[in-house]
Amino acid sequence: MASLEEVTPTVDESLEFDPSLKKKKKKPKAVSFDEAADLDDSAPKNASADPAVDELTDMFANLKKKKKKSTSTASLEPEEGSPAPDTGAEENVEDFDFSTKKKKKKKAAVDVSEFEQQLEEAGVVETNEDDDTFEKDGEEDAEDGEEEEASWLNSDREYTYEELLHRFFKILRTNNPELAGERGQRYKIPPPSVMREGNKKTIFANLKDISDRMHRPYEHVMQFLFAELGTSGSVDGNARLVIKGRFQQKQLENVLRRYIMEYVTCKTCKSISTHLSKENRLYFLVCESCGSRRSVSGIKTGFQAHIGKRKRLPG
Amino acid sequence: MSTSIENLKTFDPFADTGDDDSQPTNYIHIRIQQRNGRKTLTTVQGLPQEYDQKRILRALKKDFACNGTIVKDEELGEVIQLQGDQRVKVMEFLSTQLNILKKNIKIHGF
Repeated sequence: MASLEEVTPTVDESLEFDPSLKKKKKKPKAVSFDEAADLDDSAPKNASADPAVDELTDMFANLKKKKKKSTSTASLEPEEGSPAPDTGAEENVEDFDFSTKKKKKKKAAVDVSEFEQQLEEAGVVETNEDDDTFEKDGEEDAEDGEEEEASWLNSDREYTYEELLHRFFKILRTNNPELAGERGQRYKIPPPSVMREGNKKTIFANLKDISDRMHRPYEHVMQFLFAELGTSGSVDGNARLVIKGRFQQKQLENVLRRYIMEYVTCKTCKSISTHLSKENRLYFLVCESCGSRRSVSGIKTGFQAHIGKRKRLPG
Repeated sequence: MSTSIENLKTFDPFADTGDDDSQPTNYIHIRIQQRNGRKTLTTVQGLPQEYDQKRILRALKKDFACNGTIVKDEELGEVIQLQGDQRVKVMEFLSTQLNILKKNIKIHGF
């Protein structure tokens, strides 16, 4: 849990930080939501439909590289497919030049640093090269593996565990890739977009979107949010949620993550293609991919302390 | 031959093992509520009856250097209220001093 300083920073603080630290702020967001999505590994069907989510996945793929710009659309899955070029045309050229040079056993260190400078000027971070080389290595490895496999399949010797494992995963990947735990194909939920209305209210703009993605009625999500946050609120005309009190995106993310843990993911198969059914006052979570059922507790608000001015006692 | 199957007699798989989660209902809920400004309020609901709430409160107040009260609720019994965000600290206190399992404590809020 966050300490008090983290929980309630002042308004001006966040406003001050926003423009300058935008890039920095973006990353933890992405990371944390990745964790949330970790729960729901095997539901690739709704993966990354909207641009924000795409961006997120993008960032996960390139998470290793610290300075990666979010605008560049490098390939999502490094293992398969050829290395995707960057968006900008001139960057593109430079990129490719560079990688070919690398292949040719780079000539001089001076050259490289020059290129790095150019790349940096062009807005491409020098870690791009790592990406390319990494991808190439991966491809080479795969080819090697194929050759090896061909050799050991026909020989009489005992197969090693590694070889069989590779073979298994290769076959699995070709036949049904969704079982092989392909990264980037996972279910993603867009981060909550949170704004402040006035001084005391928070607007949660994409509640509808998020709850649609989770296949839950937004009323249910709303109820959970209010119970957890110990506040109240309402839905305004544009289907946005207005919450009383100051909350930050990170905090709402935490609550949403808990909601997903509790009411969305199937505990058995970790899938999130589930639905809630109500049977004589009890909620059951039924998984649509594995068919398991578990009961979930209803949303209880619990004790609500009286906040605000005390009522004047009679007499 | 049939009498020699000993392990059928010794263990009844349907007997109560005693360590199942048969009583998960009495969770301790630690909640937070926002007050005006950056002030918050922590409530601890569902402490076991065998503990003296007053003494716990006194210890909590001293440990966390905050004020607090006991509120009597019709349904929920006695609830400890503390000033400020003391959720993690309360949790630590309960698990170390009172030997309450952490899985029986639920922290709510953001």
